[in-house]
Amino acid sequence: MLGFLGSRLLQSVLVLIVASVITFTLAFLLPADPARMVAGPSASVATVNSIRHELGLDRPFLSQYTSYLNRLVHLDLGRSYKQSSEVSALMASRIWPTVQLMLGAIALELLIGLPLGIWAALNRGRWPDTLVMGLAFLGAAAPQFWLALSLVYLLAYRFALFPLGGYGGLNHLFLPALTLGIGGAGWYARMMRSQLLEVLGQDYIRTARAKGQTPALVLLKHALRNATLPIVTMIGLDIGTFMGGVVVVESVFGWPGLGRLVWDAIRVVDIPIIVGVVIFSAFAITLANLLADFVQPFVDPRVRYR
Amino acid sequence: MTTVVLAPVARKRRNRSLTRFLRNPAAILGLVVCVLIVLTALLAPWVAPHDPDFQFPEGLTMEGAPLPPGGAYLLGTDLLGRDLFSRIVWGARASLTVGFVANGVAVLLGVLIGALGALTRGWVGTLIMRFTDVMLAFPVLLLAIALTAILKPSLWIVALVIALINWVPIARVVYSEVAALREREFVEAANAVGASGGRILRRHILPHLVPTALVWGSLGVSTTVLLEATLSFLGVGVQPPTPSWGGIINESQSYLTTAPWLVLAPGTAILLTSLGFNLLGEGLRDALDPRGGL
Repeated sequence: MLGFLGSRLLQSVLVLIVASVITFTLAFLLPADPARMVAGPSASVATVNSIRHELGLDRPFLSQYTSYLNRLVHLDLGRSYKQSSEVSALMASRIWPTVQLMLGAIALELLIGLPLGIWAALNRGRWPDTLVMGLAFLGAAAPQFWLALSLVYLLAYRFALFPLGGYGGLNHLFLPALTLGIGGAGWYARMMRSQLLEVLGQDYIRTARAKGQTPALVLLKHALRNATLPIVTMIGLDIGTFMGGVVVVESVFGWPGLGRLVWDAIRVVDIPIIVGVVIFSAFAITLANLLADFVQPFVDPRVRYR
Repeated sequence: MTTVVLAPVARKRRNRSLTRFLRNPAAILGLVVCVLIVLTALLAPWVAPHDPDFQFPEGLTMEGAPLPPGGAYLLGTDLLGRDLFSRIVWGARASLTVGFVANGVAVLLGVLIGALGALTRGWVGTLIMRFTDVMLAFPVLLLAIALTAILKPSLWIVALVIALINWVPIARVVYSEVAALREREFVEAANAVGASGGRILRRHILPHLVPTALVWGSLGVSTTVLLEATLSFLGVGVQPPTPSWGGIINESQSYLTTAPWLVLAPGTAILLTSLGFNLLGEGLRDALDPRGGL
């Protein structure tokens, strides 16, 4: 077990190091001049050059990268070009809203997706099955930004049930979380359905039924437990994706999370923020996948660390 | 000799796949939608009733607001008094161009890199697959947005960036398929009679990857169209005045409450395209390989 943990951990660290190299290289190669961005369009060439020197942008690539990496392991992501504060401080203030959105989105995905998947599996080949699978296809095909705008129009403008946007309590959280939840629910419904269909065909379910257990008990005690494993993996993937900044939903709803931060940074080419968020996202995705791997044996005792 | 023996078998299997495809109503629906959209894009000059860029003087109300659907303009007009329906018809061109080009390049890259990774055992293969691990750790959409924004967005930049992102899952699927294929007897036999690596790849491996390429060739268009629409919606995709579905929604966002059709109509076009290629791809997968998929 320790061997498995160790090798997965090592693998993840390697992935992150390479990811940081790629991110940094891309940022280095981009045809944008950060010194000019900082100085503003009317600054003289001399000013731009002195700023370039101050930011260390005139040093060779390798020297810039090693000093970046050195600061990175000390959790120092540098300073924003446009806002006079540390990138890590800017990001820290945005993490909690993004976590809230992630929790809301995953809760809604599960609440919508799993019951629909179970309903479809129990009615295989009949109309509920067709309906749920149709909805799942629609959910996967609907563009997120369009879903967001439609929900705003319908639930916030037409029926005025929720605020149009902005940050606040649960009623502010609901629409952005629902946008993400509808998109993901289809995948959960499909996964739940196919898992359940596989499990329901097995001998021990027939035995449980033959013993005279009620269908509800068979489902809850025997079938669902064995169908949850891939769901846990999917939740892990979702945590990573949602922590990686949901740019579209956060900008449509004006939700002040990491996605909004990076979107604002992209528009003014504030590279330290972009690089910081990309690396943080890669970190979150890797960590979430790692977590999903580690949790699996607790959910399903048949799985052992290899 | 071998071809004489194998041909009827191959043909019979293809017929069975075709029958399975034709009996699947969802797949047929997907095919019909895809054909209609492709025809719309190809025949845009004849399908569109008006010039998509012409700002009709009578296309706005007295207060300067867009006209609602119905009347002289089928789906109404946009914020500059242009015919919305014609813009959506022409927008199909941008979406499908990016869709087919980006996805075509992604499938090509994915198949080649995946097959190469599986066939060159040893460190080259390992390196390729570990690289896909790294790519999967990246926040895809964020990367696409940042790259297109900073590289000065255009239709071809968008297609290129999407292709560079989308080949990864394809490469991983192909890798596992080729890794299984290379252990099969017919590859061993070809090796034994002295066939070169290139010949084995061409004659014995690549034909087996045609179903995968077909399935991804269709499913991938769906994700690519969605990604292009998202980038255009954010203003870092296809640039105005070229009409694109995401771009139309981007321009009309502030009219959401007063002219919701400006968001509804292009959104429906994106939804239908994505749905069509999704259904077609899943239908192809079910027909070609009844075991695979969810």
